[in-house]
Amino acid sequence: MSQRVLLASFGSAGDLLGAARDLRQRGLPLLNAYTPHPIHGLEDLLAWRGSRLPLVGLVCGACGVALMLWFQHWTSAVNWRINVGGRPWNSSLSFLCVTFEVMVLFAGLGTVLAFLIRSRLWPGRSPALAVPGATDDRYVLLVGQQDAAFDVIEVGRWLQPYTPLELSERELEAV
Amino acid sequence: MAEAVLPDQPLIAGHKTPAQISAEISAPLGQRPNRTWWLLLAISGSALGLGLLAIGYELFTGIGTWGLNRTVGWGFDITNFVFWVGIGHAGTLISAVLFIFRQSWRTSLNRAAEAMTLFAVMCAGIFPLIHMGRPWLAYWMFPYPNVRGSLWINFRSPLVWDFFAISTYFTISAVFWFVGLIPDLATLRDRTAPGLRQRIYSFLSLGWDGSYRTWHRYEAVYLLLAGLATPLVVSVHTIVSTDFATAVLPGWHTTILPPYFVCGAIFSGMSMVLALMLVTRGALGLRDYIQQRHIDAMSWFILGTSGVVLLAYVTELFTAFYTGNPYEAFVFKNRALGPLGWSYWIMVCCNGLVPQLLWFRGVRHRPAAVFAVTIAVNIGMWFERFVIIVTSLHRDFLPSSWASYQPTLIEGLTMLGTFGLFFTAFLIFCRLVPVIAIAEVKQAVVAEQGGAAGGH
Repeated sequence: MSQRVLLASFGSAGDLLGAARDLRQRGLPLLNAYTPHPIHGLEDLLAWRGSRLPLVGLVCGACGVALMLWFQHWTSAVNWRINVGGRPWNSSLSFLCVTFEVMVLFAGLGTVLAFLIRSRLWPGRSPALAVPGATDDRYVLLVGQQDAAFDVIEVGRWLQPYTPLELSERELEAV
Repeated sequence: MAEAVLPDQPLIAGHKTPAQISAEISAPLGQRPNRTWWLLLAISGSALGLGLLAIGYELFTGIGTWGLNRTVGWGFDITNFVFWVGIGHAGTLISAVLFIFRQSWRTSLNRAAEAMTLFAVMCAGIFPLIHMGRPWLAYWMFPYPNVRGSLWINFRSPLVWDFFAISTYFTISAVFWFVGLIPDLATLRDRTAPGLRQRIYSFLSLGWDGSYRTWHRYEAVYLLLAGLATPLVVSVHTIVSTDFATAVLPGWHTTILPPYFVCGAIFSGMSMVLALMLVTRGALGLRDYIQQRHIDAMSWFILGTSGVVLLAYVTELFTAFYTGNPYEAFVFKNRALGPLGWSYWIMVCCNGLVPQLLWFRGVRHRPAAVFAVTIAVNIGMWFERFVIIVTSLHRDFLPSSWASYQPTLIEGLTMLGTFGLFFTAFLIFCRLVPVIAIAEVKQAVVAEQGGAAGGH
């Protein structure tokens, strides 16, 4: 199923924010934006909740901690014990350093990997640019058209104070 | 002093638009490198070549080509290792710690500083690797099931901690750097004419299209990585210091070493970043991006950490005599007044006294003077590691085993080689990716100009 959207591109982050605020107050669904840099406050207007990726980091980090604590215990106290200066077989305090490093490694790599998978980024993927310049100086807003009553001309008039550089209608594959 | 903190001074000079920012920062990438660049590359490449020759000779002949002996078992190798790891730490400080503290001036510096981190850690890694004598067996450091038992590595050893710390640090720094680079690679992809360069940018930018859903996640990931890198950088140099602090050797066996090392690392790293950025901004015409306020801010960092390092020197001396331990007191008397005392005084002068010049506005506003101070700090910090390692070792408990240490040409060339590697890598980096994070500068400028209402 595809959805009709209105694509409006602006020349500045301020215009984009103003337009997004205005359209949101009028109750139009804002689907997404394409911007050359993050803009603080935009995610609130798009009514998105916070990303759950830090949770992935937490889980991966916890796995790293568990794995390394077990592994160091198993190698030093179970599998092949070696008396090092009379220290306890399970020298848990000494094991903390490596445990910490592996925790950071797992959490960092796990989160980035989850981010790339979730955002569908991979080497060689061809980008779907909303408008040329969306990675340079164009700020694009996607407005969903819910029903047949959606009046493009009327919305265009609402957007006039924010000097849109381009207004067009597109078919968007439903995500 | 006041001008550095007043908010009315813009972050980036000249009221730039986003398009201007992309164009100016990526401009040097589209041009052919000038003669100075080729000259610098020839010099650093030659240094790298000499270093490779020295390492090759050492590998074929053995560690005996170094000036180490039974008493002084660590010399230039570990001095250089700690020196380079320290240089790297400023990159993480600028990219992660200052990000968490919302210091937006860092956006002009973080890309280059993070690249320096990667190159410095590569340089650092060479030394323990070749000191093993048989670097092709370096994988023995990794705990893998082997035919010797399995005989596992000793997880109680700080040298094993170090292996994990440095490899994790390098991996996380590289990932952090690459994640920060993706949006800029996409910007370059869309600016570059079709061709090989464009295809490479396209491949590496992972199909980034600026979708805000991706940005939304990206910001969460970036913050998380910064939060992980911050304790990581402290842990790495703490662990490096435990290589010494856990040894029962007067001069090494002190609890002050971890904070002293971490602070010294930031001190030397900041100096190296400042020295390189002073040159880079002139060479690439980025004076609007790296301004006096950046020089001032980094100067304050150098002054502050210099104070901590100086305090550590005094504390060490005081503790040595206060404990009443004759061996401890001897080591410190020997450090300052013994046969290698000159290195101690170079360290105190370059790290404690010379940076005090940065208090003066007249010095901070002369790039050449600031550059001279940063070079002095780097010399001083190199000698700090030399002093800690060699002066503690060369006169141990038994006077009959006292020895001196004289580095050989091979050691000198190996050290030169790492400088060659560092600068060669940096010069190539300047030609391949934008030295300033384009998207981050745009965000900071837009937030500052009030374009994004309700910003920070």
